[in-house]
Amino acid sequence: MEHHQHGDAPVLNKSVPVRHPGRWISAFIILALVVLFLQSLFTNPNFRWDVVGTYILDVKVVQGVGWTLLLTVTSMVLAIVLAILLAFMRQSDNPVFRWSSWVWVWFFRGTPVYTQLVLWGLISVLYPKISAGVPFGPELFSLDTSAVITATVAAILGLGLNESAYLAEIFRAGLKSVDRGQMEAAEALGMGKTKIMWRIILPQAMRVIVPPTGNETIGMLKTTSLVLAVPFTLDLTFATNALANRTYLPVPLLIVAAIWYLVITSILMVGQHYIEAYYGKGVDNLAPAGKPVAKSARVALSQDGGRSIETDFPEESAR
Amino acid sequence: MTVTAEKPLVKIEGLHKFYGPHHVLRGIDMTVRQGEVSVVIGPSGSGKSTMLRCVNLLESISAGRISVGGQLIGYREVNGKLHDLKTKEIAAQRREIGMVFQRFNLFPHKTALQNVMEAPVHVKGQSKAAAQERALELLDRVGLADRSGHYPSQLSGGQQQRVAIARALAMDPELMLFDEPTSALDPELVGDVLNVMKDLAKSGMTMIVVTHEIGFAREVGDTLTFMDGGVVVESGDPREIIANPQHARTKEFLSRVL
Repeated sequence: MEHHQHGDAPVLNKSVPVRHPGRWISAFIILALVVLFLQSLFTNPNFRWDVVGTYILDVKVVQGVGWTLLLTVTSMVLAIVLAILLAFMRQSDNPVFRWSSWVWVWFFRGTPVYTQLVLWGLISVLYPKISAGVPFGPELFSLDTSAVITATVAAILGLGLNESAYLAEIFRAGLKSVDRGQMEAAEALGMGKTKIMWRIILPQAMRVIVPPTGNETIGMLKTTSLVLAVPFTLDLTFATNALANRTYLPVPLLIVAAIWYLVITSILMVGQHYIEAYYGKGVDNLAPAGKPVAKSARVALSQDGGRSIETDFPEESAR
Repeated sequence: MTVTAEKPLVKIEGLHKFYGPHHVLRGIDMTVRQGEVSVVIGPSGSGKSTMLRCVNLLESISAGRISVGGQLIGYREVNGKLHDLKTKEIAAQRREIGMVFQRFNLFPHKTALQNVMEAPVHVKGQSKAAAQERALELLDRVGLADRSGHYPSQLSGGQQQRVAIARALAMDPELMLFDEPTSALDPELVGDVLNVMKDLAKSGMTMIVVTHEIGFAREVGDTLTFMDGGVVVESGDPREIIANPQHARTKEFLSRVL
């Protein structure tokens, strides 16, 4: 039996692979459709690429990008801070915390973000003055609501508070995904509750939390286009819509907006990749782990092909 | 093993545990002296792990008292009345008690070295340099000096359990609890872990070991306690009990595991 000879390298099997005609046909159809679409991009005059070129770096558009980014980042930061708090409260031994966290999520997840944005825009109608004091007692200070809750603040609060409800559920799922033994091991070492949360549980939960949070961030980027409900009128969608209405050229300006949203989304995806790699360390990402393992387990498979398979499984070298 | 000191380090008196209507521990009394290796055996469901977990309050104590080093665990006694300790006070008591789990429970996002350094740095407030030096020393002691930069997922079960022992030792506990430390291991990896535990016993560490390793009990144990149905059935010199069990239930259990 040639392939079982001792000492010599085994002769590798050279089998005829299974043919896949279906793959070739579907690849051809898809390629044809892509080519047709690309051709239309160049030949269809209604795209008005000249207009896209004119407005892609227009001051109003670039400022709109800036405002959209600002709204996305600040409302996500607000939402993340609130969500961590809400998720911890939901796990608390204190029934008041558990209950208030539940009600918060119920309310902000249960009403449309558009409604909430309109409401934040009208907050100074609802409460003309913000004052602090003892209930039914003396007042300590008082401010005009419209001076504090500007359109920007209203937009950030509307987006951030709504998002916090969704993120709270994502964080809760993440915290629950960490094995109970981790909590016990940390407790047995005499760690305090806060340390256990921040140093042991949350870093592991982040592995589960980051991908859906990245998803939510990209979602938020586009939800910012609803802020005209406040009304907040400086974001990317409003800026491009305003230009479209002025020039009577809606299609090229929608393309301008789409290009910018795609660019920002792509950048966010790169960021997410690095955050995932960071929190995946020890589980998905074993890169920075000291000295190389299992040098001895390197197996040369064939001499003619020059291929080698490196078995990097420490169980082997442990024995 | 010669027991040098007669001083009791752990005293368990009339310990009961209820899970809802289930009466899991039904009055356990047990004493472990300083430097003693106390091995607890028994069929699964006998309550031996629950008893061990009560000692560092991973399970609450339904009735009875446990004291370690003369200190009542989990409570403060004022005028004969028990008051619950605060979380912080419980954490302080746990620092004196190391625990090794059946499923290792290493922190997967930290390397072996970081696992061992975690508590000394972030609980005791040691400097990183000092903690690292000591951690490397401990990893060397359990035979894993060359694995310090590895994540738990890159270590075999036996290696993970030895890191877990080093992690518990890094807090310089006066008592070590072992909860079936070799039950989750492949048979050929059990020996390394048991050897580390033997060395630890020789160094004079007080240990309570819940295990199925009768050989370890015979060789290293100072006392052997057989538990069944939430009570201590028999307790005494391991070699005597294993050779000549007095109770029918002990006989039956030993005949099945030996």
